[in-house]
Amino acid sequence: MDIRTTGGPATDVEMAAVDGLLGDPEPVDHRVAYGGRAVRSLRHLLLPVLHAIQDRTGWVSRGALEYACRRLSIPPAEAYGVVSFYARFAHEPRDAKVVHVCDDIVCSLAGANAVEGAIRVPCLGLCDRAPASLVERFGADYQAVQMPETPPHVVAGVQLLRRVGVVDPESIESYRAHGGFAGLQRAREIGREAVIAMVSEAKLLGRGGAAFPTGRKWESVAKAQAQPHYLVCNADESEPGTFKDRVLMENDPFAVVEAMAIAAFATGCERGYIYVRDEYPLARRRIGKAISQSRELLGVELEVRRGAGAYICGEETALFNSIEGKRGEPRNKPPFPVEVGLFGKPTLVNNVETLLNVLDIVNGDFGDTRIFCVSGRVSRPGVYEVPMGTPLRSLLEIAGAGDIQAVLLGGAAGSFLTADQIDVALSFEGTRAIGATLGSGAVIVFDETADMKEVLLRIARFFRDESCGQCVPCRVGTKRQEEILERMFTERDGDRSADVMLLSDIAQAMRDASICGLGQTAANAIASGLTQLKVLNG
Amino acid sequence: MAEAVFVGLPKRFVSLSIDGREVEVLEGSTILDACRRLEVDTPTLCQLDNLTPVNVCRVCVVEVEGARVLVPACSRRVEAGMKVRTDSERVRHSRRLVLELLGSSVDMSLCSAQVRGWMERYGAVPERFGVGAATVAQPVKVDNELYVRDYSRCILCYKCVEACGVDAQNTFAIGVAGRGFDAHISTEFDTPLPDSACVYCGNCIGVCPTGALMFKSEHDMRGAGTWDEGRQSVTETVCPYCGVGCMLELHVQDNSIVKVTSPLDHSVTSGHLCVKGRFGFEFVQRRKG
Ligand SMILES: Cc1cc2nc3c(=O)[nH]c(=O)nc-3n(C[C@H](O)[C@H](O)[C@H](O)COP(=O)(O)O)c2cc1C
Ligand code: SF4
Ligand code: SF4
Ligand code: SF4
Ligand code: FES
Ligand code: FES
Repeated sequence: MDIRTTGGPATDVEMAAVDGLLGDPEPVDHRVAYGGRAVRSLRHLLLPVLHAIQDRTGWVSRGALEYACRRLSIPPAEAYGVVSFYARFAHEPRDAKVVHVCDDIVCSLAGANAVEGAIRVPCLGLCDRAPASLVERFGADYQAVQMPETPPHVVAGVQLLRRVGVVDPESIESYRAHGGFAGLQRAREIGREAVIAMVSEAKLLGRGGAAFPTGRKWESVAKAQAQPHYLVCNADESEPGTFKDRVLMENDPFAVVEAMAIAAFATGCERGYIYVRDEYPLARRRIGKAISQSRELLGVELEVRRGAGAYICGEETALFNSIEGKRGEPRNKPPFPVEVGLFGKPTLVNNVETLLNVLDIVNGDFGDTRIFCVSGRVSRPGVYEVPMGTPLRSLLEIAGAGDIQAVLLGGAAGSFLTADQIDVALSFEGTRAIGATLGSGAVIVFDETADMKEVLLRIARFFRDESCGQCVPCRVGTKRQEEILERMFTERDGDRSADVMLLSDIAQAMRDASICGLGQTAANAIASGLTQLKVLNG
Repeated sequence: MAEAVFVGLPKRFVSLSIDGREVEVLEGSTILDACRRLEVDTPTLCQLDNLTPVNVCRVCVVEVEGARVLVPACSRRVEAGMKVRTDSERVRHSRRLVLELLGSSVDMSLCSAQVRGWMERYGAVPERFGVGAATVAQPVKVDNELYVRDYSRCILCYKCVEACGVDAQNTFAIGVAGRGFDAHISTEFDTPLPDSACVYCGNCIGVCPTGALMFKSEHDMRGAGTWDEGRQSVTETVCPYCGVGCMLELHVQDNSIVKVTSPLDHSVTSGHLCVKGRFGFEFVQRRKG
């Protein structure tokens, strides 16, 4: 491969940012070939390098990108494809300070911040403090601050959330004083098979959305022939209305790290990654600190990877591609991650909350609970941990909901419930019985004053923005879905049955023929909204 | 004595049923291979025998018993006992919608008669999304003497990217940029081809199914209204430039070469050429004047 660069040289500052991560380049000797396998194997450092450039300068210039390409032996056209995929990379110069304002469902309900010149972004995972924003200051001392800074959220729970607000999230001694690392020690005492058996017996189901039996996944990875095995903790949490993983990572980061070490031990993983969405700088920092403080105890090399603004990278195979330094495009399954995952090797992917449950399972005090993120028109928004099967009504009561027009359960990929459906039991079976899902645990509450047309339009826009664009049903389908919805809600009269029909035709094709869960669920909330809510009669 | 070398287990046959008919194919084959064996015509847009499947267009989807969603025939490997339906209501629906969604957003007028046949078979009516439906329409990119890029015709099948990359050319001059409906084929920072890494092998043109990538000669003649495939003949020859022996198909109209291709199933080229074979034909038609 011949890397041709024509964008002009990178500045000294840009080169220093890249070299700061990759080390100084070898002196150029034109008699010796550069590149080859050794350099190409650094491809997975592309996103970290792009972040280093942007943190320093505020954007990724062509010269800087091409310098990174030369150092990593990546064709510039391909690297450009990567930069332009992720919403958080800019390829135009920007001010040293940039404000990102959330204009997603919950923040719009709360009257989203109007900040001059701000970038409007989807849910920042701070819905309990809506309206939310993220402020970045670029330069040698890059800073990203989640706003509002003081967390007024409610954290209610006695099992998974019991250490939140109790332990000092930056101190390993404090974590130890609260029983920290007992689980890892116990896991080592009883051995791999016993750990996996305990997880299977607990009948733990994944909390990342798909509710897959965790024990089965662990068993497959542990048994997989190919080596090495990798562990990935999915902390991309970008489903609108979801913020539980953030609360866990910010407040109990050592527990996340310990749980990862147990998972790696049980399934024979040599290396583990935790992929944290870029909009969670505090969580990222705390997890990073927790890893470095506990490194000698872990028995596995753990690394934090930083997302770059793409909901789709929460999909496990898109996440692999993202860690590998590629566009976050999901892969076709099969083969499944347990056989062919990160870097083509058997990989265990679990959600943050799923892993935390494992800690309690190993310590012998598993309580089958579920964390819900309640936001919107409630007086006490926050995270609530309740036993599986708790009626939605009780959850809404403790969170302080008044009169309810609708509840969006499971975020944008979930579905709407009306006031007469809130007796549903919050369990996988209970929700399935009424055609809903727990999804990510997001519970967004709307009272009678909420404009549900706006909400549906925002959801349609979300999917259109976040589709990776790979497959036709989703790439064009999400676009058409948004167009048709806009038309239905703005044109005053006329027969809408044809448009309703079009939407349902598109929905079926997206559900049946899309590559991944994004396309497969992109019509759910809208379809349920159109049938359940009074949005078409006026 | 030479050591024995393990070359893998011999391949076995796998039997499955397609629309109720039993068929046996070698393990590792795709459902599409099995369909072809039974002569079940299956629409494909992003699949080509000489490229790695990317399974992105989804027009080839079939229903596999027990699977929650439809599966792409072009890349899903057969399994013993699989029960496949290629003409169920669900399959027909998704194939129709894929063709309609593409047809409503992309200029597909230069696609093959085969593609038009599929449109007809599945009753695709792209117009039904209404006149306001967004398209990928944009000005044609004419930035060099050899070929033009008209991305208004691009269905984003990834074939050109594959041909420019590891599947053939290993030049990586183009990639997919942007995402969602804005995803598009691009050089780095959308730089014009002459400034990019492109070496003008034309292998991307060779695999493009929609006419988005086109010889400039063809583009100019179409513009002038003189392009007429009815008046063209194809002459097969071997490229005279080097010793590889690539087979060329010279498309000739009015005694001038207007385009050069190579057959996809040719053992030397697999349809791929280099700039000399692809574009170096001017000297042939240099007339003494
Ligand atoms: C579009 C999309 C986004 C997703 N986002 C997340 C996410 O942010 N966090 C997560 O844990 N799982 C997410 N998932 C689910 C993952 O693909 C995967 O199933 C999960 O991480 C597995 O972990 P679990 O078994 O512990 O639930 C997403 C799936 C899709 C299709
Ligand atoms: S369904 Fe959407 S997000 Fe998923 S692969 Fe297809 S285009 Fe990408
Ligand atoms: S002509 Fe060859 S090098 Fe240029 S873009 Fe096409 S495939 Fe790549
Ligand atoms: S230019 Fe042609 S080959 Fe390339 S993606 Fe578009 S339609 Fe496919
Ligand atoms: S932070 Fe704004 S909607 Fe979640
Ligand atoms: S031909 Fe199978 S997905 Fe395109």
